[in-house]
Amino acid sequence: MAAIKLDGLTKVYPGGVRAVDDLTLTIPDGEFFALLGPSGCGKTTLLRTIAGLEEATSGSVRIGDRDVTHLPPGKRELAMVFQDYALFPHMTVVDNISYPLKIKGLAKDDRLGRAVKAGDELSLDGLMQRRPAELSGGQQQRVALARAIATHPQVFLFDEPLSNLDARLRLAARTFLKRLQRDLGVTTVFVTHDQAEALAMADRMAVMDAGRIRQVGTAREVFQRPASTFVANFIGSTPMNLLSGVVRGQAVNVSGQIVQLPGDARQHVTDGQDVVVGVRPEYLSLSQSAADGALRGVVAIVENLGTASLVTLESDGFTVAATVADGEEPAIGTDAWALPIPGRTLVYRREDGELVDAPVVAAVA
Amino acid sequence: MTPRDFVGRIGFYVLIGLVTAFFALPMLWLVGTPFDEQPGLALSVPDPTLGNFSELLDNRFALPSLLNSVLLALGTAVLVVAFAATAAYSLSRVRIPGRDVLLYLLLLLSSIVTGTAAMVPIFLLMFELGLIDSRVGVVLVLSGGLLPAAIFILKDFMDSVPKSYEESARVFGASAFQILRDVVVPVIRPGLATIAVWTIVNVWGNFLVPFILLRDADKQPAAVLMRTFYTEGGAPNLALISTFSLLFSIPVVVMYLFVNRKYGFRFYGGIKS
Repeated sequence: MAAIKLDGLTKVYPGGVRAVDDLTLTIPDGEFFALLGPSGCGKTTLLRTIAGLEEATSGSVRIGDRDVTHLPPGKRELAMVFQDYALFPHMTVVDNISYPLKIKGLAKDDRLGRAVKAGDELSLDGLMQRRPAELSGGQQQRVALARAIATHPQVFLFDEPLSNLDARLRLAARTFLKRLQRDLGVTTVFVTHDQAEALAMADRMAVMDAGRIRQVGTAREVFQRPASTFVANFIGSTPMNLLSGVVRGQAVNVSGQIVQLPGDARQHVTDGQDVVVGVRPEYLSLSQSAADGALRGVVAIVENLGTASLVTLESDGFTVAATVADGEEPAIGTDAWALPIPGRTLVYRREDGELVDAPVVAAVA
Repeated sequence: MTPRDFVGRIGFYVLIGLVTAFFALPMLWLVGTPFDEQPGLALSVPDPTLGNFSELLDNRFALPSLLNSVLLALGTAVLVVAFAATAAYSLSRVRIPGRDVLLYLLLLLSSIVTGTAAMVPIFLLMFELGLIDSRVGVVLVLSGGLLPAAIFILKDFMDSVPKSYEESARVFGASAFQILRDVVVPVIRPGLATIAVWTIVNVWGNFLVPFILLRDADKQPAAVLMRTFYTEGGAPNLALISTFSLLFSIPVVVMYLFVNRKYGFRFYGGIKS
C-alpha cells in the first residue's frame, strides 16, 4: 500500500503538445481517486505516466517512499487494467491471471494457487479453463481485475474501466468495483470521462482540462461547489445554470431580474463587477406564484428524468432550468418562478471563470 | 420450374462439368500415369504397375534431390519467418518518416525486378562472396527475394495486435523478448504459418536459382532434377517424369492440409478476442 505523489509533472509529446502541464497532486494511501475530464484533457496521459508507459518530460512520480520517475513500468509495483482489458486471446483465463506471476518468476504451483484464489474472489471459478473470447464483457473485466489483484500491487490503475460494458452492467460493475477497492484497500486511480461514474465511485477526484487540474475534491465538494464555470459545466447530469449578470449592491442583476448575492460572496465582489451566477437545477425550487428573489420565466420545455422533471424557463435574455418532483410539472406556456435554495448559489468572476473568493492568478499566456 | 429453366439449368451444369473436366485432366494424368505400364501424354486407364517407381529409385539422385528440396525450403522458411517477423514488428511499432513509402517500394521492386532479370548480378554477387555451389547461397538469394512480400503481409498482422496487449505485459514487467515470445508471436501465429507455407511452396517450385547457383549434382533439388529425365534418344522419359512429379507434389499437399487444419490460412490480420 502506498500513496502517490506527483510533483511538477509535465509530459510534452514530440510535436509540442503539452498533455500534462506542471501537475502537482497527492493521492493518499488507500484512496479511490478519479481523473475526470473531457476527451483530450490529458487524464489518460497522466495515468500512463504514473504507470511508466509514458516517460515524464519533467517533474517526479513517487509511489510510497520510492521515486519511480525513471523506473520501467514493471518495477513500479503497480497493476493496470486497460480499457479493452488486454486479455491475451491465446491464453485461458487461468493462464491470463497467472502470466504476470510467471514473469515475476514464481514457481508453477505457487502462481496457479494465487491465480485460482484471485479468480475465486471474483467468482470466476468454473470459467478458469475458458478463453477470453468465450466470456461476456463483465466476465472479461473480472478476469482483468483478477490478473491485477493476483500480483498484489501497491497501486491499481484503471483506464476507463466501465466504458466497454453495456449500460445496465455498468451500474452493477460500479458498485462491484467500489466494494472491491474498499475491501482491498489498495490506492486506486481511475480515468473516466463520465462525471456520474466519478461522482459515484471515487473518494476524491481531480477534474482536468488542457493538462491541468481544475479542481480536486470529494464528490460532494466538486458537485456542490465547482471551483470554476468549466467544472460547473462538466459535473452534474443536468447542466448547471450559469447566468451572466452585474453586481448591484447586495444582489446581481441578471438581464433585469435580481438574484441575491450569497453572504460569503459579498465581500469578494465590487459594485458593477461582471459575474456569472451559478445554480444547479436541483437547487432551484419552482413555484407557480411570484416569490421574492426568484427568477421569473415562461415554461418552455419539460423533460422527464424519471423520478423528476427538468423544467426550462425562458425569460428575456436568459433561460434557466429547474427540477421538480414528478407530478408537479407546470403547464407549458405558463409563468413560473425559480427560487434559489439558500447557500447553494455560487458566484464566478466573468473574466476567468473562477469563484469570486478564489485568489486572482495572473493569466498564463 | 418451367421447361425453359430446366433446360437452362442442364446447360449450366454441362458447362460447369466441361470446365471442371478441362482443369481436372492434368491432375488425373498426374495421379494415373505413374502407375501405367505404358505411360504416354494421353490420359488412359492405367495398366497397373509399380515398375515406374522402382525405375525411379534406380536413379541415385531422385530421393536425395527431394531431401535437398526440403533442406532449401526449410532453411529459407526459417530465415524468412524470423526476419520478416522482426522487421514487420518494428515497422509496425516504430513510426519513422516514409515508412509506408518504403514498404510499397520494397513490394514493388521485388515484384518487378524478378529473379530472372536480376540473375546475372546475383550470380556475380554470389561468385564474389564465394557462395556458388553452396546451399547457404541459394537459401540467402531465395530469402532475399521472398522477404519483401513476407514483411508486407506480416506487417498487416502486426498492426492488428492491439498495443494494449504489449503495454499490459510491460506493466507486469515483461521484457521485450518475453512480450514478443509470449504475446505477439502466439497472437499472429496464423500469419507466421501462412508465410512459412508460402515460402516453402515458392522454394519447392523454384528452378532457376538453384539451377544457376548449384554445380554439384548431389546438391540439386527436385525441381532441378526433373529436367534430367530424358531417354538416351532425347525424348522425355514420361515414366520417370510423371512418377517423380507425383512424389514431388505430395509433400506440399500434405503440408498444406496439415497447416490449414492446425492454424488456418489467412492473408490478413485481425484478432478475435
